[in-house]
Amino acid sequence: MQAQPNLTNTEPALSIEILMPALSPTMEEGTLAKWLVQVGDTVKAGDVIAEIETDKATMEVETIDEGVVEALLVAAGSQGVKVNTPIARISGDEEAVTPPHAPAPVAAAPAPAAALAPVAASAPVALADPEIPPGTPMVKVTLRDALRDAMAEEMRRDPDVFLMGEEVGQYQGAYKVSRGLLEEFGDRRVIDTPITEHGFAGMGVGAAMAGLKPIVEFMTMNFAMQAIDHIINSAAKVHYMSGGQISAPIVFRGPNGAASRVGAQHSHDYSSWYSNVPGLKVIAPYDAADAKGLLKAAIRDPNPVVFLEHELLYGIEYEVPEGDDWVVPIGKAKVRREGTDLTITAHSRMVGFALQAAEELATLGISAEVIDLRTLRPLDTETIIASVKKTNRLVTAEEGWGPMGVGAEVIACVIDGAFDWLDAPPMRVHQKDTPLPYAANLEKLSLPNAADIVAAARAVTNR
Amino acid sequence: MAAKKSSGSAAVSPSNLDNRDEALAYYRDMLLIRRFEERAGQLYGMGLIAGFCHLYIGQEAVVVGMQAAQKAGDQVITGYRDHGHMLACGMSPREIMAELTGRIGGSSRGKGGSMHMFSKEANFYGGHGIVGAQVALGTGLALANRYRGNEQVSVAYFGDGAANQGQVYESFNMASLWRLPVVYVIENNQYAMGTSVARASAETELFKRGISFEIVGEEVDGMDVIAVRKAAERALEHARSGKGPFLLEMKTYRYRGHSMSDPAKYRPKDEPKQVRDTRDPIEHMRHYGLENGLFTEEDLKTIDRDVKEIVADAADFAQTSPEPDPSELMRHIYVEA
Repeated sequence: MQAQPNLTNTEPALSIEILMPALSPTMEEGTLAKWLVQVGDTVKAGDVIAEIETDKATMEVETIDEGVVEALLVAAGSQGVKVNTPIARISGDEEAVTPPHAPAPVAAAPAPAAALAPVAASAPVALADPEIPPGTPMVKVTLRDALRDAMAEEMRRDPDVFLMGEEVGQYQGAYKVSRGLLEEFGDRRVIDTPITEHGFAGMGVGAAMAGLKPIVEFMTMNFAMQAIDHIINSAAKVHYMSGGQISAPIVFRGPNGAASRVGAQHSHDYSSWYSNVPGLKVIAPYDAADAKGLLKAAIRDPNPVVFLEHELLYGIEYEVPEGDDWVVPIGKAKVRREGTDLTITAHSRMVGFALQAAEELATLGISAEVIDLRTLRPLDTETIIASVKKTNRLVTAEEGWGPMGVGAEVIACVIDGAFDWLDAPPMRVHQKDTPLPYAANLEKLSLPNAADIVAAARAVTNR
Repeated sequence: MAAKKSSGSAAVSPSNLDNRDEALAYYRDMLLIRRFEERAGQLYGMGLIAGFCHLYIGQEAVVVGMQAAQKAGDQVITGYRDHGHMLACGMSPREIMAELTGRIGGSSRGKGGSMHMFSKEANFYGGHGIVGAQVALGTGLALANRYRGNEQVSVAYFGDGAANQGQVYESFNMASLWRLPVVYVIENNQYAMGTSVARASAETELFKRGISFEIVGEEVDGMDVIAVRKAAERALEHARSGKGPFLLEMKTYRYRGHSMSDPAKYRPKDEPKQVRDTRDPIEHMRHYGLENGLFTEEDLKTIDRDVKEIVADAADFAQTSPEPDPSELMRHIYVEA
């Protein structure tokens, strides 16, 4: 209902072009599914004129001005129509025409989606996975669907597993991660809650204490701050406090960290917060195979697990082993690229940047080993230390803030375990020490990227 | 303690408004919000506005009616569907639109965005992205009023979805216990994102939510600006006179999706059109004023033109105002001594 046609004045001033609208923070193109008007029709403000499909939904395009449809410039059914392509022309009457406005200077208005395009979309790095036996049939799955498959498979396997959260059922998930689950499992096991994070997180922990295995979805982990008391004081501590009598086999999951210009209160990376807490396990996967395998492991785990996803990776397709028995062990990092000159650690979306940086470093003759931490608690110190003993240098990369962060912890582990092997002081790459700003240029300056990792790698290798 | 259902717009609106200037002001203020939001939606579609963007279209009578009854110095706070509130508070369309495009001319210098805007000058305390947070914060504004012994009232807006958050009821209890000067305004637009009130609330008559805290509640036709203003006067007078909080449930409707990326498939397809055709707050005011001879078509045409110009000017400004200087990144993290 809310899609807006974009109007630009053309010569003569009365013709109005309707442009393909962007319907979400990350949309770059879509399918023009259906026209609801014909040439010659008179349209007025608020009329729905077309339907557009994106990877998440079908949306309606409303006109905001009045006039007669002169031409439909893109045929119904056209796929991959880029945002801002003219799709129709209407003749406006004088009252209806939008007054001319200065077009935005190009440099001042970058397409936000392009500025924050998921790195893996443009630079997929195919690597042999030592954990996947050779010959395993692979399928291409988006990270979003891999998470859904993991939940569906575990729900089929264990009747005590259920999903609870805001918009997980009828709406099919705010980010469509739970698409189809309500249809398969019904509303006993796919439960739509009111907007009451503290309440339903606590109920989830209660149900877990009673032996069920809830998956609690937070629309974003930012909203889990309303519920963090139950995640920490109830879930993480109950086993210890009860002398081992009671446990909370629960998964708290949802998108974590920056999305696309959603501002300070919707962009927080909580990796280090949860990783600070004994009693919790914390997972932050990068690709769909790990997301699926680790989510299945999390659901099966008898402890509370915080599972941090990344919205900007949801729509990306990766190779995933076929079948319903792909489980990745919690607590094991993964060497995503082998190298000899330095070690780069990263998790979640930063892994993509680390791999990109490693490519670039290779062209400079620097051989970087990239470790995807995957699990933040318990941290796989063995893999990190073994790598640093080989490379003698370390750069850590994380999306969140630096102070008291994941990188600080990784470096502390290396100081403990490989101090004598270090040839240079380790360096941290992280978000600038500020709430995330909304402005496109400031957001870009604040968030860490591949270039930051390259710069740090060159500094620690002195090249 | 009481909770009552008002009898709707028919009983309160006719013949109770005979002031031409007032009628024109309501029409203009609501139209400004409507046109501003339409333009914001358009700029979003062009990629000039990013992130989450929640439009207020359909709900204009609520803030315009409330604001008309407030006194200078009364504070306003709301959630993330905040553009209309800021316009009603008197913030400039330019600074709001420029914040939406993330430019230095924005009210938060481009650093806040759609959901996080503030104006000390206009007594607007945000613009909050976390559902329900503004209720406790708004109650705190009222605590400050009581502490200082001033005559001001805090107006805290929240939606039918936020009405289920626990901190709302913790706030209600303290506000009533300490007789704080706060008016709670539930903007019940019937859907919390994709979840209808009936699917989320055991008690769907939200004006009754204050009963066990001894908070007076009243249901109001939120599509009728005059009904809103009258209810607002009662509520504000109650709070200002030291009797404690007052709860208004505004029955309203958002025409668009929850945010720009919500296809709104959870409600009957013709429902928005039906509301727009039969209950639109701007059309309501227009007909009322014309039928009662308060203004003429010519008056409205002048307003339409003015509003169009103001919005076009705001959109221009929002596109030509430069991006913030990189030095802005590290400013305002701490108050500098």
